[in-house]
Amino acid sequence: MASESRLRMSESDGVTTVEFIDRNILDEANIQAIGEEIATVIERSSPPKLIISFSNVDHLSSAALGQLITINNKVRDKAGQLRLANIDPQIYEVFAITKLNKIFEIHDTTEDAVGSIG
Amino acid sequence: MVAPDRSSSTNRAASADVTLEVVNDRTAITGLGERFVREAGEAGYTEASCFAVRLALEEAVINAFRHGHKGLDTSEPVRVRYAIGSSTIEISIEDKGPGFNPADVPDPTAPENITKTSGRGLLLIRSYMSEVRHNKRGNRIEMRYDKPDSSG
Repeated sequence: MASESRLRMSESDGVTTVEFIDRNILDEANIQAIGEEIATVIERSSPPKLIISFSNVDHLSSAALGQLITINNKVRDKAGQLRLANIDPQIYEVFAITKLNKIFEIHDTTEDAVGSIG
Repeated sequence: MVAPDRSSSTNRAASADVTLEVVNDRTAITGLGERFVREAGEAGYTEASCFAVRLALEEAVINAFRHGHKGLDTSEPVRVRYAIGSSTIEISIEDKGPGFNPADVPDPTAPENITKTSGRGLLLIRSYMSEVRHNKRGNRIEMRYDKPDSSG
């Protein structure tokens, strides 16, 4: 379980797009594994350009939000760019309630997110 | 994993009235959320309502383990009760910890807290549920969700 990837990643023109395999980003072990996997992408890119797609996600927890903030901080530390995309309205409401929609740059689609990266 | 149901007959109108003990295990917590969504859906709650209440339920269970049971044996379960009625869902979650004072929980949306990596569970619970109460000791959270009007 520990070595099993929770993510699907693709790279194009220096931009890494990450998709979650799990529909539910809930438990801490899962979230930590996701964080570590994304951290390795951030560490090897300079500066990191990362899109996280929520297209498969239909449920999450506040612990997942915490992990996204950790990822955001790591990207900022390396002067990189992070975009979130494909967030369905129910999940978006979680970002809105917590006001994290002001912290993250959120796009409707992965294409929009790619276009926003300089 | 999850103790057998001890269904109560106190709420005759409820489609489901379930009391169970949940251990701090991903399968148990996920299973609880999935079971709740299935039963609430069968009782006529919309997907949006199920999403909202499931999130509150899971956040409360996770908080009970992370904060309430800090320092306790990891095998200690928390007690969950939920009653799904035709227009209202009631949930209570009780842990075995010393309790906490909800007034001490900082506002996670304040500028100085917005980039902290934890502390949002209670905000989400309060936002999604119609009413949230804590017992005096602070080791039990009771919450109610009122089904929105069909016009809403």
